[in-house]
Amino acid sequence: MKSYSVKKRMLLSAVAFSSVGVLLAGCSGAGGAATEDGPVSLTLATVNNPQMKDMEELKGAFEEAHPDITVNFVSMEENDLRDAVTKDVATQGGQYDIVTVGSYEVPIWGQNDWLVDLGPLAEADTAYNVDDLLPPVREALTVDDSLYAVPFYGESSFLMYNQEMFAAAGLSMPTNPTWDEVAGFARTLKTDDVAGICLRGKPGWGELFAPLTTVVQTFGGGWFDEDWNATVNSPEFTEAVTFYTDLVKDAGEADPVSTGFTECLNLFSQGNAAMWYDATSAAGPLEADTSAVAGKVGYVHAPVKETDEAGWLWAWNLAIPNTSTKQDAAWEFVSWATSTEYIDLVGTTLGWERVPPGSRTSTYENPDYLEAAAAFAPITKDIMLAVNPTQPGVNPQPWVGIQYVTVPEFQDLGNQVSQNIADVFAGRDTVENVLDKGQELATTVGDAQK
Amino acid sequence: MTATDVTATAEATRQGAPGLPPREPRSEFGRRHKPELSAGQKQALRLARTLVWPAIVVAILVTQIPFLVTIYYSFQNWNLMRPGSRGFAGFDNYITVFTGGAFLQSLSATVVITGSSIVLSVLFGLGIALLLNRTFVGQGLARTLVITPFLMMPAAAALIWKWSMLDANVGMVNWGLSVLGVDPVQWNTDFPALTVIMVLTWQYTPFMMLILLAGLQSQSKETLEAASVDGAGPIRSFLYMTLPHLRQYIELAVLLGGIMLLQVFDPIAIMTRGTGGTKTLSYLLYERAFVGLEIGEAAAYGVITVLLTIIVASVALRLLFKIFSTEGAKS
Repeated sequence: MKSYSVKKRMLLSAVAFSSVGVLLAGCSGAGGAATEDGPVSLTLATVNNPQMKDMEELKGAFEEAHPDITVNFVSMEENDLRDAVTKDVATQGGQYDIVTVGSYEVPIWGQNDWLVDLGPLAEADTAYNVDDLLPPVREALTVDDSLYAVPFYGESSFLMYNQEMFAAAGLSMPTNPTWDEVAGFARTLKTDDVAGICLRGKPGWGELFAPLTTVVQTFGGGWFDEDWNATVNSPEFTEAVTFYTDLVKDAGEADPVSTGFTECLNLFSQGNAAMWYDATSAAGPLEADTSAVAGKVGYVHAPVKETDEAGWLWAWNLAIPNTSTKQDAAWEFVSWATSTEYIDLVGTTLGWERVPPGSRTSTYENPDYLEAAAAFAPITKDIMLAVNPTQPGVNPQPWVGIQYVTVPEFQDLGNQVSQNIADVFAGRDTVENVLDKGQELATTVGDAQK
Repeated sequence: MTATDVTATAEATRQGAPGLPPREPRSEFGRRHKPELSAGQKQALRLARTLVWPAIVVAILVTQIPFLVTIYYSFQNWNLMRPGSRGFAGFDNYITVFTGGAFLQSLSATVVITGSSIVLSVLFGLGIALLLNRTFVGQGLARTLVITPFLMMPAAAALIWKWSMLDANVGMVNWGLSVLGVDPVQWNTDFPALTVIMVLTWQYTPFMMLILLAGLQSQSKETLEAASVDGAGPIRSFLYMTLPHLRQYIELAVLLGGIMLLQVFDPIAIMTRGTGGTKTLSYLLYERAFVGLEIGEAAAYGVITVLLTIIVASVALRLLFKIFSTEGAKS
């Protein structure tokens, strides 16, 4: 018996040791701490947009100038990036040294103290010229005077129209159209094969509600009033959603619930839609060689009703999480990738039409860029400087941001209401009913802010 | 089976007893007679038992810790974007699950989508299996082609259906309908549930077909010949000979299909985004965790789903064992 228990004890301790060993091995695999002195390797999480791919292609120039820093890109689809980076930053994972963050998340994350304040670093770096950043974008990224991210590229929204179709029908598009005019054009130009206008209908706070929120705001509505009272079933909100869904049903694309940015881009660039209201960044692909409408597209300001301007404001930005242990090296790369020097590098090596737009005022003073992007660059700049992220609608709002509400719960709220609006497109539900449900959801969100 | 039985069996095998171990002698009261073991044997036995422990510990850790953590999270008030407000929530998350209204809707969506996809794919699978069971030129090629949809990645299949088949402007289905004089159909907008069911049926028909074809091929030709000699036509011999023979295979196909289809996610995320009665439990859970970022609420949904699955699975497994046992009794 004695010999048995000795054996048992030996065995148990062997098991215990080996499990500890396994745990330790796991930890050392995950950590891998590097010091600031030796060569530094940075991990950058980014969205797989063409502009980001260009950045990856050109990172060699940065690594040549900074021989002790290497940058590893982790590219993901937009939703995956949002999931992965949110999880990592929220749980203090520390996996990434530089993250690509949308303008919706920057203020929220900044308030949570997840991001390094880049303001002092940018001010100290005279070559960086922080005042060159486009003012509305900079404003959207600033919380209580702290600049939590710097823009890599920015966009607003505008109305694109097929000039050939307009000429054939004898119609002319004003520079600042109203939604009523646009709806009239769309209903005139709609045929069996061609949609009068393409408007996003795919559920999602960043899909349907990007354009629809701008429509709601220019109709005088909004998600919340100044005191965070939900106003989703207000007459203005209802009128805007009714207008939007009716316009799509009468003169819009077929199967709106399937249609998001990419689907509209397909439709419009193949000449199957007369107008398209969407992001200014769509102009690049529309003027590319693969597009059937290159050179035939007219660009005008976002349609309005009660306000003077109704474009949105979005930017993909670079930020440094507080958990990064290599913040100095990270700033070196962030400041390089968002500098005028980088914009020149893209222009001279990859072509001026591939320059990341909407981040710096100087981009729109560069003659090479203005020549390459003559069709849409001047109007993009005008709209981006004209939009007002602090009060985009008729009434004042307690957050900064245009086509979204800068609170954590908005993506959930926007997503659920947009799913219900899909029922309106299909005729399974009414706008009033859907917005009453939305009002209930929004009230909970608003109460949490009070 | 106790550890003693194991050694007794092992002992019997070591002694070279053929086939099954000899029946243990039973005492008057029907209790098992314990074989006498020497000290050395006992010690070896204890060592053997001790050696099993690490594996059991690992098994418990791997299978149970994630679930226990989920249960813990389900009692937390935790939104990923609000790190400061984390705390104990009591049963609040469970109350949200049951009073929010989303859960029952999602449960019925799951039942409708899973149920109809299974029924349809079994019917189509049976039809194709009957056709493929005949000998014809190019049989092997036809079989391979028919199986392809099942081998395709679900996300890729959903994308093909979205862009090539069901697109309102250039989709092949609407083109086919236009040849017949039917107006273009807005599939995702007007018939979201049907769209998902179509994709799933297309994808799972080959799976059902494989199982049913195996069943058909295990049916003896003599029986069918005898039936035809007795004057049974093809319909009667199908209804009274083949179908009863296939019953067990159909049950198995339904059961396995049900387990796989309950977890369906890709076509919903890619095509309908949970609109119009397509928000199944797995998609709802995804939305709560990754769109709502409500970890506590998502965990509560997860726990409820696990409980429901355990209930469904234990009923289903009992059915499965019954299928196997009746087959054993027949042979």
